[in-house]
Amino acid sequence: MSLVNFWYLLIAVLWIGYFFLEGFDFGVGILTQVLARDETNRRVLINTIGPVWDGNEVWVITAIGATFAAFPNWYATLLSGFYVPLLLVLLALIVRNVAFEYRGKSDARHRAWWDLCIFVGSLLPPLLWGLVFGCMFSGTKIGDDMNFHGRMSDFLTTVDGVIGALAFLALFLTHGAVYTALKTRGPIRDAARRLAVPGALVSLVLVGVLLGRVNNHWGGPLSWTVAVVPLVALLACAVVVRIGRDGWAFVLSGVAVATMVASMFIAVFPIVMPSSLNPDWSLTVHSAASSHYTLRVMSVVACVFTPLVLLYQGWTYWVFRKRIGVRNIPAAH
Amino acid sequence: MHQTVTAAMDPVSVARWQFAITTVYHFLFVPLTIGTSFLVAGFQTAWHRTGKEQYYQATKFWGRLFLINFALGLVTGIVQEFQFGMNWSEYSRFVGDIFGSPLAIEALLAFFLESTFLGLWIFGWERLPRAVHLACIWIAAFGTVASAYFILAANSFMQHPVGYVINELKGRAELTDFWAVIIQKTTVITFLHVLTACFLCAGAALVGISCYHLRKKQQPTVFRPSLLVGLWALLIAGVGVALTGDQQGKVMFEQQPMKMASAEALWDTQGPAPFSLFAVGDVEKGRNSVEIEIPRLLSFLAHGNFHDPVPGINQTNAAERAKYGPGDYRPWIPMAYWSFRWMIGFGMFSVLVALFGLWFTRRGRTPAGRWGTWFWRFGLWTLVFPVIGSAWGWIFTETGRQPWIVYGLMRTREGVSTSVPASRVLTSLILFAALYAVLAVVEVGLCVKYARAGVHDVAPADGPASASSDGDEDQPLAFAY
Repeated sequence: MSLVNFWYLLIAVLWIGYFFLEGFDFGVGILTQVLARDETNRRVLINTIGPVWDGNEVWVITAIGATFAAFPNWYATLLSGFYVPLLLVLLALIVRNVAFEYRGKSDARHRAWWDLCIFVGSLLPPLLWGLVFGCMFSGTKIGDDMNFHGRMSDFLTTVDGVIGALAFLALFLTHGAVYTALKTRGPIRDAARRLAVPGALVSLVLVGVLLGRVNNHWGGPLSWTVAVVPLVALLACAVVVRIGRDGWAFVLSGVAVATMVASMFIAVFPIVMPSSLNPDWSLTVHSAASSHYTLRVMSVVACVFTPLVLLYQGWTYWVFRKRIGVRNIPAAH
Repeated sequence: MHQTVTAAMDPVSVARWQFAITTVYHFLFVPLTIGTSFLVAGFQTAWHRTGKEQYYQATKFWGRLFLINFALGLVTGIVQEFQFGMNWSEYSRFVGDIFGSPLAIEALLAFFLESTFLGLWIFGWERLPRAVHLACIWIAAFGTVASAYFILAANSFMQHPVGYVINELKGRAELTDFWAVIIQKTTVITFLHVLTACFLCAGAALVGISCYHLRKKQQPTVFRPSLLVGLWALLIAGVGVALTGDQQGKVMFEQQPMKMASAEALWDTQGPAPFSLFAVGDVEKGRNSVEIEIPRLLSFLAHGNFHDPVPGINQTNAAERAKYGPGDYRPWIPMAYWSFRWMIGFGMFSVLVALFGLWFTRRGRTPAGRWGTWFWRFGLWTLVFPVIGSAWGWIFTETGRQPWIVYGLMRTREGVSTSVPASRVLTSLILFAALYAVLAVVEVGLCVKYARAGVHDVAPADGPASASSDGDEDQPLAFAY
């Protein structure tokens, strides 16, 4: 495999890791306003992701950083082109992260504000990332100078973008509900399981439409095959949740997230950002890539440190593997 | 009026304002958290080794304040990584081959460490074996330093590009020597200067808040040791900042003579050159109308002797014109001149406080009498000085490099995103500024609340040495959000 292709694979893996991990913590964040009826249950939900959300989020920072290092033109076009959606992602992540950390520390009378921050900050990013990926892979008005020449409103009228937004939201919400079922005890766990079943079925339809459209445009035999996996996984997830096998359900919703992203990345390859103005102006892995030397250096770094990261991040999940129930929540501090 | 509005709507200016505001804001929290992470780790180590409750309490108290600051340092850092692509996409295309690597390495090597092990530290009390829990804060602290190193390597490339070649065909700079970028002397000396400044900020925070409590005679068992740690950190870091700053200055005289001539408002080459204490400059005429100076000192700062000439602004400008073509290669000189002085002034003032403090507290004494009262009263404010000093340091080094975004390679106005209209950048500038302002109020409010509240933590009865018990499943968590 050439270095350029290796880095495309690595960036796809980083996005998969990001959506797999922060996917469920976005879902949990949204569920704080859906499943939890009181303060203690809300805290149960927040504490299921308490020790890990920050580490999960580093995956996106690494994905963007790796794109900058390995495909500077992809980085430049993506971030300057999707300016407003990404600005909103940043604002949402800021309020959400600060709310996690400050919620318990501020006065009780401000708590409703922090809850709103957590909810909106968890709801917007799935919609926006879905919009960005849907639009990016369906083609945007990229000129011969590699720059985006459309308007911000283009994104809202791109069918793939809108479907992407809804599919990401439904899938992450389901993933979050399954994670909640796995990590909690008592009534909140039952509520999460009840929500996960219709969640998985709605996700199945939306993800199916999204992948159908993307593959219809760009797909080959491999990406079509991979596209079937999330649909099967979601169907199985709905069944497994009903019989109470939370661990398997989580594996299945995770597989659905991973293969959905994988199918899209495989479909468009070797294009990274198709141009809807002229196919020749599309950014490809080759026109966007860094020099061979940079890729070689970065490959060494990635091969040494990525396994290490996986190891200690995995260990965190093992340390905090216990389920949390309302009785585990200490008095406010 | 119309002219200023048009100037403000120039995409380059708006993008620069956004970068300046978001970066300076980000860097208010960064040095504090880098320095404090080590001091917290130090207190926890002291508890681990001695079992004295006062060190446990110090760990918890300073740890809380550390986390409040860390939260904002973290979220404002994410903005930085997106901003290069959003507002400076032409810059990103031109240098991404080189500049992207340290950023990616920073995320992979440092951010994962920091965030994962901090999560373990925050939630790991009573859950992890105590020695492992202690290791977590040390690893997180190491992560903060590693992240500082890589981002400063990236910045040093902008100050003094090395290890690259220009690929004319692709119209960009390409990396040829990774190690040259990572260990060039600009990177090393800048890192040491910033790292010592971090400890200056953290030491000042300890001194300030400890003074507040000790003045009210609250919990001296915790705050007296904290005060002493803070004072020594201030003194040692202060000397370190001065020494590394001096070395960095010498490197800058060699690499960016224009920045240093501007820092001194030295219009014409002089040998021996004087150090300027106060000046009123006349940029149009290229000279100062008022100046007070110390003879020969600038020659010493630049060259380590009292006679060698230091190139002036006018001569350097002419030399750069000859090298880079027609244009004005001067930064905004009053800004360079004053930010340089404010950086030094605010930074070094806190060393003065440290000297007074160490004198007042020598051999177990407590500051008393008229001077002692002044020390208590003033001590609290020590905590803001190094933070302001380091902010001015960044303003100096970044504005002093202008008109270049990468010195000698790319001008700032060439780096801006060509496809993003100024109005869009202005919108994001306003949104960030507004959100950051609200968060500043919240953050300072929380810091004040928790700093005032003092210590109310009780160390676990079984002491620091024992391992954690798993307990029954209904046991409340030792820490929860």
